[in-house]
Amino acid sequence: MINQYETVFILTPVLSDAQVKEAVDKMKNLITEAGGEILHYEDWGLKKLAYPIKNKSNGFYHLLQFKVDTQFISKMETQFGRDEKYVRHLTFRMDKNEVEYSARRLKRLNSNKEEKQA
Amino acid sequence: MADKSEIRYLTPVAVDTNTTKYCRFKKHRIKFIDYKDENYLRHFLNEQGKILPRRLTGTSLKYQRKVSKAIKRARHLALLPYVADLMKK
Repeated sequence: MINQYETVFILTPVLSDAQVKEAVDKMKNLITEAGGEILHYEDWGLKKLAYPIKNKSNGFYHLLQFKVDTQFISKMETQFGRDEKYVRHLTFRMDKNEVEYSARRLKRLNSNKEEKQA
Repeated sequence: MADKSEIRYLTPVAVDTNTTKYCRFKKHRIKFIDYKDENYLRHFLNEQGKILPRRLTGTSLKYQRKVSKAIKRARHLALLPYVADLMKK
């Protein structure tokens, strides 16, 4: 059964840009291999954490919205847990209110981008 | 005979200090509370980072649960602190 999910995960700030990109791409490939489809990807970049995690006070935040089969999620969780680059991760299913909300939010984000470019 | 100006009321005159509280989610028909939007969620936290009770914010039970769930998710992702002192709104 295909569901729509949203994942936010944090990477340790120690990584170089290449490692960050590679860590994110690893997740993306995992999803596409399992027959999923990535709807939206957002990179919030280096952000200050509200409290130190593994005594580091900032981290790279990434947001992924994707549609995938339900069995895949447990595999993805183990991937997150096994690799210590991913300091923190949170995945949950998007219900209909969330889907409609994120669609509106994307429109707002894109309109802001156009304004900046224009 | 006490003159007019010294009349003291037994019970203080009920001055309607503030209008009745309303649930902002019902009023503005907000359906989903985004856990990623920590600035908006700060309105529901006091200075120590604790969740404000319904009697202060006036939100209905259904949306108070959504707010607390969103805040706990934001705390898990270190967007909001579990404990803070003098957190600015």
